[in-house]
Amino acid sequence: MSITIRSIHKTFGSYRALEDVSLDVPDGSLTALLGPSGSGKTTLLRIVAGLEFADDGPGKVLFHGEDVSGIPAGKRGVGFVFQHYALFKHMTVGENIAFGLTTLPRSKRPKKAEIGDRVRELLKLVKLEGLDKRRPHELSGGQRQRVALARALAIKPKVLLLDEPFGALDAQVRKDLRRWLRVFHDEIGLTTLFVTHDQEEALELADQVVVMRNARIEQVGTPQEIYDQPRSPFVYEFLGNVNKVALNENSNQYIRPHEIEVCFAAEHDPANGKLAKIHHLFSAGPVATLTVRLEDGQFLDVELSRKQLDDLALDVGDEISLKLGSAAP
Amino acid sequence: MKRVLPGFGLTMGFTVAYLGLIVLIPLVALFIKAAGIGWKEWLEILTSPRVLAAAKLTFGASFFAAALSSVSGLLVAWVLVRYEFPGRRFLDSMVDLPFALPTAVAGITLTAIYAPNGWIGEHLAKYGIQAAYNPLGVFIALTFIGFPFVVRTLQPVMEDLGKEVEEAAATLGAGRWTVFWRVILPMLVPALITGFTLAFARAIGEYGSVVFISGNLPMKTEILPLLIVSQLEQFKYGAAAVIAAGMLIVSFALLFLINLLQRRLDWQHR
Repeated sequence: MSITIRSIHKTFGSYRALEDVSLDVPDGSLTALLGPSGSGKTTLLRIVAGLEFADDGPGKVLFHGEDVSGIPAGKRGVGFVFQHYALFKHMTVGENIAFGLTTLPRSKRPKKAEIGDRVRELLKLVKLEGLDKRRPHELSGGQRQRVALARALAIKPKVLLLDEPFGALDAQVRKDLRRWLRVFHDEIGLTTLFVTHDQEEALELADQVVVMRNARIEQVGTPQEIYDQPRSPFVYEFLGNVNKVALNENSNQYIRPHEIEVCFAAEHDPANGKLAKIHHLFSAGPVATLTVRLEDGQFLDVELSRKQLDDLALDVGDEISLKLGSAAP
Repeated sequence: MKRVLPGFGLTMGFTVAYLGLIVLIPLVALFIKAAGIGWKEWLEILTSPRVLAAAKLTFGASFFAAALSSVSGLLVAWVLVRYEFPGRRFLDSMVDLPFALPTAVAGITLTAIYAPNGWIGEHLAKYGIQAAYNPLGVFIALTFIGFPFVVRTLQPVMEDLGKEVEEAAATLGAGRWTVFWRVILPMLVPALITGFTLAFARAIGEYGSVVFISGNLPMKTEILPLLIVSQLEQFKYGAAAVIAAGMLIVSFALLFLINLLQRRLDWQHR
């Protein structure tokens, strides 16, 4: 089910959290809201969920073309997953997952056996078979987050909303769970919107990335578009490593470390190269990173493959020539 | 044995010595004094109608007062934790007043208010309710002194609850009432029982605030602590010790039972 957001404004007192935000989340997509803290991404997610309401005005949220702006969270049919899981600690895993069903009015509530079947089915879906009698505090962070996901899915939501779902997990678990979520999303095909401040996570996981900054949307596109054609210096700097080279007093060139070509100082061509000295060299892993110093004193990061580094036989202190390519504004 | 935390020997020694000095020795002395009387007389004193009536009033009024404090304390703690409003800090400090006020002052004040010619008492009198010099008065005084215990044990737990669990329940379709009954209250139950226990224990031992408002009529509004004091005033030290010891045993048994119940209800220990 697609999500359509139209000119949403949101203020908290005198603080502007969202300013004229419009966005289309296509049916079945996995979309990331990416931005630094305070950019409004979580507020936007909460407004989509109905946990927060936009300021009065023309602002609208539509699910599959149907206006849901005035509908509270409980009736909107959204699955919401919180950063810190927000599991009910006094209930077992099974009771947690069944909550959305057992809380239905009696006339709509499935039979006990049906609820049991559904819980087992969901546990299997999130790869936690047999853990239904455990309590949340007996589970690891990654397991808890999957329980939270199963609980959100139990009500058969129209859309799935995740607020920094991997934020509280350690690096390894985060990576595993991220990969798992991607596969999982492709299997169930539920329109999913998630918030993150981790650009790597957004680029790796999402079909569509929405970069936010200062209460506004900065750019929307596929991960590749965002990475290769950033529309503003902010997006350039926020996504991946980038060098900012001052060309003159009021213009900068942005260039990614891996886009810089390296050759020997002997082959230096002043017309399209710059001389530099290797200041630091970091070569653990498949990619080597050089920190080099230009003649005017600016420092740049340069990435090249280990093979390239070995072929050139570079070391700290060596003089090299850099080709920075055509200037991107 | 090597321990990571230093100072176990010293602190444990201090703990034992301190508890011995402050708690155990006086209690032992009490039981020794009480043991100076034969078993038959023990039974006789403890089953005398006056003692039984006082015990019924003390434990009964304490129980109901702690129960009321639990409900009202839950509400007050909720308001203080959940809402921002002008004067919140002021209200918050007011909660502690029953702790700070000398109990006799509280007793006299309550008596003045609830007496048949007092501010509240005269209105109650219209409906034929007499608060002061009645078991109801005892109950009122015990509610007054027990209530801060509940508020103060619930507050930190409520602050830790966070809004997220409520929001999670809301997105799952639960109404406000369901959220309260199925999510918030069960999470507060362990702390609520602790608060209840503290208020209950305090009420059982309360003396100062009750003696004024109760009127101390034997068989009617006399509480056990007062009965003990009146025995002492008649130099019946043995009888006083026996009543005190009996009260202690019952209190301990009740507190122990509550503790067991709490363990059963506490989701953290299941």
